[in-house]
Amino acid sequence: MNEDARRAIEDAARVSQRRLIAFLSSRCRDLSRCEDALGDAFQEAVEQWPETGVPASPEAWLLTVARRRLIDRTRRADTEHQAEAELLAAWDEAAAMSATAELPDERIKLLFVCAHPAIAPEMHTPLMLQVVLGLDAARIASAFLLAPTTMGQRLVRTKLKIRDAGIPFEVPGPESLAERLEAVLSAIYAAYGAGREIVDADDQRSDLRVEALSLAQLCAALLPAEPEAWGLLSLLLYCEAREPARRTADGGYVRLSEQDTALWSEPLLHQAEAALREASRARRFGRFSFEAAIQSVHAQRRLTGVTDWAALALLYGALMRVAPTIGAGVAQAGAVLEAHGAAAALPFLDAFEPSDVVSYQPYWAVRANVLERSGRTADARAAYERALGLSSDAAARAHLAERLARLR
Amino acid sequence: MKYMLVIYEAPSDVARREGEAAKAYWEGWKAYGAALREAGVLVGGAALQPIATATTLRLKDGKRQVQDGPYAETKDEFAGFYTLEVESVDQALEWAAKCPALAKGAVEVRPVIVMS
Repeated sequence: MNEDARRAIEDAARVSQRRLIAFLSSRCRDLSRCEDALGDAFQEAVEQWPETGVPASPEAWLLTVARRRLIDRTRRADTEHQAEAELLAAWDEAAAMSATAELPDERIKLLFVCAHPAIAPEMHTPLMLQVVLGLDAARIASAFLLAPTTMGQRLVRTKLKIRDAGIPFEVPGPESLAERLEAVLSAIYAAYGAGREIVDADDQRSDLRVEALSLAQLCAALLPAEPEAWGLLSLLLYCEAREPARRTADGGYVRLSEQDTALWSEPLLHQAEAALREASRARRFGRFSFEAAIQSVHAQRRLTGVTDWAALALLYGALMRVAPTIGAGVAQAGAVLEAHGAAAALPFLDAFEPSDVVSYQPYWAVRANVLERSGRTADARAAYERALGLSSDAAARAHLAERLARLR
Repeated sequence: MKYMLVIYEAPSDVARREGEAAKAYWEGWKAYGAALREAGVLVGGAALQPIATATTLRLKDGKRQVQDGPYAETKDEFAGFYTLEVESVDQALEWAAKCPALAKGAVEVRPVIVMS
């Protein structure tokens, strides 16, 4: 194949493919059929462009061919004529775009489709990875520890539900935008988390972090007035900046307040700070903005050499008001302990429902620390033992064993 | 698109159909039906007598089997349905959220197959 044609097709595949899917599917609602039609269009490009040369607007060319294939497929499937009418309207729109004009970026609509409340929450992230980023089912399956065929079937079934249940391809109105965006952002956060749970750098899951980051960037770019979109982007950038310091050479987990700040990425921290400034512009703080602010306090340690625990205690308190979770509550108690002492921290721990924390390791680790500093040695020992028994990380186990040994 | 709201009513709500609470109960449903009509989304619907009145038919070895009771015993009972014409599942869910049965029971939202 000639070099120009090959490069043009690769560019189109990388840059335009997902935008074309977004454009087509927001008009016909049938994701699988749009993906197949666009696949056909790329196949035709591979066959024709080396002969005919690269068209002036590869995107418009692909759109035209995909639209034609889509109508063929729609006719063959003999479904509602309504879909066809919508397609024709899409075609008019496409024709009206000048040959050089950019296709409108409607991928944000796809994100809202993927995290729609009518879709099972555990499918939000896999769907986004496939529909918005174009990852194949096998790769998504490996990230979620499922057999490729199982993941493939679930994705197909979910796309059918999207089509048949009439899930709208649109950005929700202002009355529900914040709530619906939360689901989108949570799914992106989950993708990042899945990418993080690995020690082996060769594992495919590590690039999931990069993909999640690109989704967060997309959200912030397409919904710049939404503070939480910037909040999540900032949070992920902070996490990514600290990634090299998160584990020791032998894979042991290093706590944030003990990480070597020299290993943190300064450029990423700057990007994270800039995103946090955008998030705070609207004066409307949500879960991700507070979590990013907490990260920014930790990041300050590279400049000041100390962790501002009082600021962290306040921010965790604020986070608990907007999005109370057991993890945030335990972290709040930990920050209060460092900032204001054991007597101040204990009531926070006592406030938990015992059944909620019975097997939550961080709770017992913090509780042990609080009890030790209160001079309740016997109770502290019991709590350390409990935390030790619940630890899955070798470094955490070694740390707790050392603390326990000191109390004997 | 057409959607059916399948209404599953809690037994304690079904009990309110008669006696002291009956007036408030039926007014709730009347107001809901009126709101659907006024919005121009109501296509049809029906309210059903309690499950105690149900009779279920099956065919076993070619023989008709008639059984007293509903197809399946569930915590909340299938009490009726509405058919709506709206633009998307979001709008159908929005209407389902206003259904009087939702407080204690559940509403299932299902797209309707349109025969051409």
